[in-house]
Amino acid sequence: MATDKTNLQLVVNGILNENPIFRLVLSMCPAVGISTTVMNGFMLGIAVFFVQVCSSCTIALFKNVIHPRIRIPTYTLTIATWVTVIDMILAAYLPEAYARMGIFIKLIVAFAIITMRLEMFASKESVTASFWDGIGMGLGFMFGMMALGFVRELLGMGTILGYDVLGFKPLLFFVLPLAGFFCVGLMMAFFNYIEIVYKRARRA
Amino acid sequence: MINHTIRRILLSLVLALALPVLAQAQELIAAKSFGKAANEIVVTFAGTVERAKVEDPANYRIYEEKDPDIQLALESVVLAEDEKTATLTFKEPLNPRLPHVVSINRLAESGAAATFTVMKPYLGYLFSILIGALLINNFVFTKYLGLCVFFGTSKRKDTAKGMGLTFTMVIVVSAIMSWFFYQFILKPYGLNFLQIVVFIGLVSLTVQAVDTVLRKVNPVLFNAFGVYLVLVIANCVIIAVPLILADNEYNFWESFMLALGAGGGFLLALYLMSSVRERMELANIPPTFKGVPIAFIVAGQFALAFLGFSGLSLF
Repeated sequence: MATDKTNLQLVVNGILNENPIFRLVLSMCPAVGISTTVMNGFMLGIAVFFVQVCSSCTIALFKNVIHPRIRIPTYTLTIATWVTVIDMILAAYLPEAYARMGIFIKLIVAFAIITMRLEMFASKESVTASFWDGIGMGLGFMFGMMALGFVRELLGMGTILGYDVLGFKPLLFFVLPLAGFFCVGLMMAFFNYIEIVYKRARRA
Repeated sequence: MINHTIRRILLSLVLALALPVLAQAQELIAAKSFGKAANEIVVTFAGTVERAKVEDPANYRIYEEKDPDIQLALESVVLAEDEKTATLTFKEPLNPRLPHVVSINRLAESGAAATFTVMKPYLGYLFSILIGALLINNFVFTKYLGLCVFFGTSKRKDTAKGMGLTFTMVIVVSAIMSWFFYQFILKPYGLNFLQIVVFIGLVSLTVQAVDTVLRKVNPVLFNAFGVYLVLVIANCVIIAVPLILADNEYNFWESFMLALGAGGGFLLALYLMSSVRERMELANIPPTFKGVPIAFIVAGQFALAFLGFSGLSLF
C-alpha cells in the first residue's frame, strides 16, 4: 500500500494540513510549557524532528518483522532509544539549552504525535515515504513551536531571538509559562477565524 | 488479666516514646528546628546562656548525619534579646530533608560539648510531598504535562472520573516499580543512561498487566475503565514521575507519595475542567472559539488560580 503523494506533498502536508500542534492538537505539553521564546521552540523542534525522522525510518525498515500484537511496545521502545540518543547529544554539546528544556527532552518519548505517525504512516509505507513524512511532521512541529515562541517573545519581552525589536514590553504576562494556554487558545481561534472567512469568501 | 498486659505494653510504649524527650529536657537544649530561610537553624536553650560563648562560630561543629567529614560553614550566630534563642546562619543553603548534627563546644559549665540532631518531622515531610504534587506543583496546571489526554478526556464528568482513577492506579504501581528498578538495578550497575527506555518499558508493562488482570478479575470494572488504559501511556506525567523520583533520589515512601499526588492532582484537574466544560456546552461561545480553543483559555484561567497555591507550606 503505497501513498500516491509526492515527497514534497508529504512534507507540506505535515507543515500545513496536518500540523501537529494547530491541526491535530497533539503534543500540547511543550507547546504550552516551554514555547516562551523562538529559540526554545527551535531547540525542542530540532529534537522532535530528529526523533521523528529516525524512528519513522527504523519502523519502516523493520515493519515486516514486527508482530502486529506487540507493535505499540515496539514503537515505544524505538522512540525511547532515539530519545536517549538526542538526550545525550544535547547534554554533551549544548548543555545550556539542555538545562533550559529541563525534563521536556526526555518526555519526547511520551509525545503522542510520534507514536501516532508510526502507527498511521510508517508501519504501512516505504522507507522513503516515511522519511519524508517524518521530515514534514518534524518541520510542522518546529514551525508550530516557533510560531508560538515568536508571538510570546514579541508580546512578552518585545524581542525576537534575543534582539530588541519593539523597544518596549507590550504584555509582560506572556512571559509567564502559564500564558501558553492563552496563547495556544488564541492562535487556534485565529486560525479558525481565517478558515471561516476563507470558506465564506469561496462560497460567495 | 489480658487488660493488665495490654496496659503494661501501652505504658512501656509511652515510656519508650517519651524517654528521648525526657532525656533531652535534662540537657541544655529546649527546642531546635530549621529556620524560615533555607540557610538557618534555630536553637532554643533551656536556660540563659553566655552570649560570648554562644555567638562565637568557632564553638560549633555542624554536619549532615550521613557524611560527618564535611563540616558546614557557619556564617554567624545571633542570640536573641531573651538570651535563649540563637539563630545559626550558614554560608550555603541547607537541605532540610536530611538530618543535621549540631555540636556546641564549651557551652555547659563543665566544658562538655552539647550534641543534638536537627530534622524535620518525617510524616509532615511526606505529607508535604503529597500536597506539593497535588496542588502547589500540580502536574497539569503548573508543570504543563499530560495536556493531550487532559483536553481529550475532560469533556464529560464521568469520563474525567474514569480517566483520573485509572491513571492514579497505574501511576502508583508503575512509579513503585520504577523506583525499585532504579534503586536496585540501574543505580548499582551504572546503567543510568537506560532510564528512559527502562521506565517507558515498565509503564507499558504495567498498563498491559492491569489490562489483563482487570479483564479477568473484574469485567464490570474493565468495561468502565478499560478504554482509558490505552490513553494512560500517551500521558507525559506517567513518565515524568519516575524521572523526577530518580533525579531526587526519593526513597520508597516519598516515591509513593509523589505518585499518589501526581495521580490525585491529575484527577482533580480533570474533574474541575470537566465541570466547566459541561457548563460551557450550554453557553453562547463565538464560533471561532468553539471546542478546543475555549478549553485552552479556561485551562489558562485554572492555571492562574493554581498559581495562588505557590508558597503554600504546611510543615
